Amino acid sequence: MATDRLSLTFAALADPTRRAILARLLDGAATVKELAAPFAMSGPAVSKHLRVLERAGLIKRGREAQWRPCELNAAPLKDVSEWAERYRQFWDASYRRLDEYLDELKEKGNERDD
Amino acid sequence: MSVTTRPTTLTVLSDEEIAITRDFAAPRELIFDMHTRPEHLTKWLLGPEGWTMPTCEIDLRPGGAWHFGWRNVDGDELEMTGEYREVVRPERYVNTERWGGEWPETLITTTFTEQDGVTTVVFIQRDLWDEDAFRAHERDWNRMFNILADYTEKRSTRP
Repeated sequence: MATDRLSLTFAALADPTRRAILARLLDGAATVKELAAPFAMSGPAVSKHLRVLERAGLIKRGREAQWRPCELNAAPLKDVSEWAERYRQFWDASYRRLDEYLDELKEKGNERDD
Repeated sequence: MSVTTRPTTLTVLSDEEIAITRDFAAPRELIFDMHTRPEHLTKWLLGPEGWTMPTCEIDLRPGGAWHFGWRNVDGDELEMTGEYREVVRPERYVNTERWGGEWPETLITTTFTEQDGVTTVVFIQRDLWDEDAFRAHERDWNRMFNILADYTEKRSTRP
């Protein structure tokens, strides 16, 4: 997955309203009106959040003009967990190298002491 | 050469924080310096095979900037910049980190504790983006993330 795509997912997830919307969609498809109900928020404000989620590929929207149900698409979240594993691997590989470097310094130190 | 392989662990602490933890058989002053001095960092902070770190500039004091740059054998380049917020050798340092683009700026707190000759490094990475919104959150993001991961699994088995 391209970094810019992943950053879109992170950006979309960095908002509690959008996370709450995603949590609601776990129960099934919902309309904008239904999604707006738990929030003290106008329809357009909710629509703005939905556009961010749609751009990140986290939701899909129906085609019908009036009834445009939103549906969850959780696939990008899997990429986020894969990213976390790659991040861990970056540090693991680096820290293994640090172990070796520390050993080298230790050996050099011992040589000096002799 | 070390025979012991110490695992590097990643823990999701909350919906806005992740932690990386690792043990080293060395005094914490030395491990602190390994993380904060260019002559050391360029030897090991290289990630997977094939990368070098041609840029490593560090102004280790509160308000001081840092700039890391990597290059791999194919000529790909990566850059990271930030600022130190707090420096307490050999206990901890706090810095910001930026990858550029749409990536959120993060705040990283790195702590070094030593017991029986083993130094434990823990760094906690916290998203700085939309901080007020994070404070206002009502749901357990970590739990939701797990639910969504399960959901993805189920979904991927469908045609």
